[in-house]
Amino acid sequence: MTQPMVKAENVYKSFGRLEVLKGINIEVAPRKVFCIIGPSGSGKSTFLRCINHLEKIDAGRLAVNGELVGYHERGGLLHEMRERDVAAQRRKIGMVFQSFNLFPHMTVLGNVMEAPINVRGEAKAIVLERATKLLERVGLEDKMNNYPSQLSGGQQQRVAIARALAMEPELMLFDEPTSALDPELVGEVLDVMRKLAEDGMTMIVVTHEMNFAREVGDALVFMDGGVVVESGNPRDVLSNPQHERTKTFLSKVL
Amino acid sequence: MSSNSTQGRPEAIRAVPVRHPGRWVAAGVIAILAIMAVHAVITNTRFHWAEQAKYAFDASVIAGVKTTLMLTFFSMLIGVVLGIILAIMRLSSNPLVSGAAWLYIWIFRGTPVLVQLLVWASLGALFPTLGLGIPFGHLFFSARTFDLIPGLAAALLGLGLNEAAYMSEIVRAGILSVDEGQSEAATALGMTKMLTLRRIVLPQAMRVIVPPTGNETISMLKTTSLVAYVPYYELLFKVQNIYTRTYQVMPMLIMASLWYLAMTSILMTGQYYIERHFARGSLRTLPPTPVQRFRTRFLGISG
Repeated sequence: MTQPMVKAENVYKSFGRLEVLKGINIEVAPRKVFCIIGPSGSGKSTFLRCINHLEKIDAGRLAVNGELVGYHERGGLLHEMRERDVAAQRRKIGMVFQSFNLFPHMTVLGNVMEAPINVRGEAKAIVLERATKLLERVGLEDKMNNYPSQLSGGQQQRVAIARALAMEPELMLFDEPTSALDPELVGEVLDVMRKLAEDGMTMIVVTHEMNFAREVGDALVFMDGGVVVESGNPRDVLSNPQHERTKTFLSKVL
Repeated sequence: MSSNSTQGRPEAIRAVPVRHPGRWVAAGVIAILAIMAVHAVITNTRFHWAEQAKYAFDASVIAGVKTTLMLTFFSMLIGVVLGIILAIMRLSSNPLVSGAAWLYIWIFRGTPVLVQLLVWASLGALFPTLGLGIPFGHLFFSARTFDLIPGLAAALLGLGLNEAAYMSEIVRAGILSVDEGQSEAATALGMTKMLTLRRIVLPQAMRVIVPPTGNETISMLKTTSLVAYVPYYELLFKVQNIYTRTYQVMPMLIMASLWYLAMTSILMTGQYYIERHFARGSLRTLPPTPVQRFRTRFLGISG
């Protein structure tokens, strides 16, 4: 079997006294779309943020492409990574946020080119070419010189996807990418994500879009109360849930 | 039902405007007060306008103006640079680092700037010599304090270090005003903390930092007059020299005030354009510059 892109073994995470993740076991295969659904407060976003070490896990093991996230393992001991090394790991993991988080003081093009130039130190001309292609891919080539505040929510989220792709990641994390959008703008973002999946990107998507999960997802987990309640093929889980909690949740959202 | 296309666009509303009698009364009162003020200033010979004009561009006054501007510039430079460093230190998770910044701000904000200026100017009384070496051990270098800290250095230290304490709080407020999602997005892209601060957080914080910094600069321009007691020869010191010779105290003080006003006006204009620069991206359309506003209003040219 090929090495999983993400492997979580018995992952625990608390915020103060509140235990948010209580032993998560997940494997994400490369070039697959992995969907996470569940009610708010179930720990799904926290788990996503652990994958690129925006949150530190308290117990268990979490590895991306066979490499532990945020730690070196030497002689059976875990050593915390230096900031620079963690940053280097994050470069290979793209992330798209619910609230877009575009840099408002930079143009669309500036947003996409920022990290490749200043983090990877690439030449401007090369980055410009790649950024232009990416913006064409998300259908925003005519908005390159606009500022984020001049764009609709859907357009902003597509720029955010292009910005993450500009670092040529091997894994993309989506944290409820369409939850902050007007209903009529959801489709354009999902279309971009669908194309990305078709191109073979490994994606982990925390979402409330059940249709997207059903059509595009290769695997799906339902989380509640910090544990994985049910997992499997999205079509099976969504149309024929086995657990009572999954059934109640789905009956409310479908 | 009826649509616009069948009825056509209705005639534009032409209504009788609301009358504002209060405005006319206010305008009349203000006009009378203004005429009275002008009359008082022109007819009162004790203003000695001719005398003021004679000294306004005197070589020593011009030198004082230049020194005032120089002191303002360098004190603010020290204040801003040190202020940014202190603000970052205060936000540090290392308690020793943030504590040191807190202590600095506590001392320099908690004592009058005039006292600080006098302390720097007479530091020789406390430490007759200053040197660099190992505590209780070998001394690599030492010199007389008075030679190391002449009037200019005392003035810059007093003004700049005091300003840094205020600037650090302004910068800290600016940094805190930037949404956390911004540094999260930057971190997720693989940026280090320092790069995030430099490229993402500080440029956005500038919108909040610039207006109070303009305030501080204008305040600094006037605070430099305290340096006359260090003593160092800035504008007020020069003007005092003149009036102790000519006994024309009020005319000279008014002349100095006019100079301060002129310099402040220039700073205010500069601040307007700096604010406009950092508003990029946060406003959909930038406000017009005064020149643009004048052109649209009086010449009917837009853009």
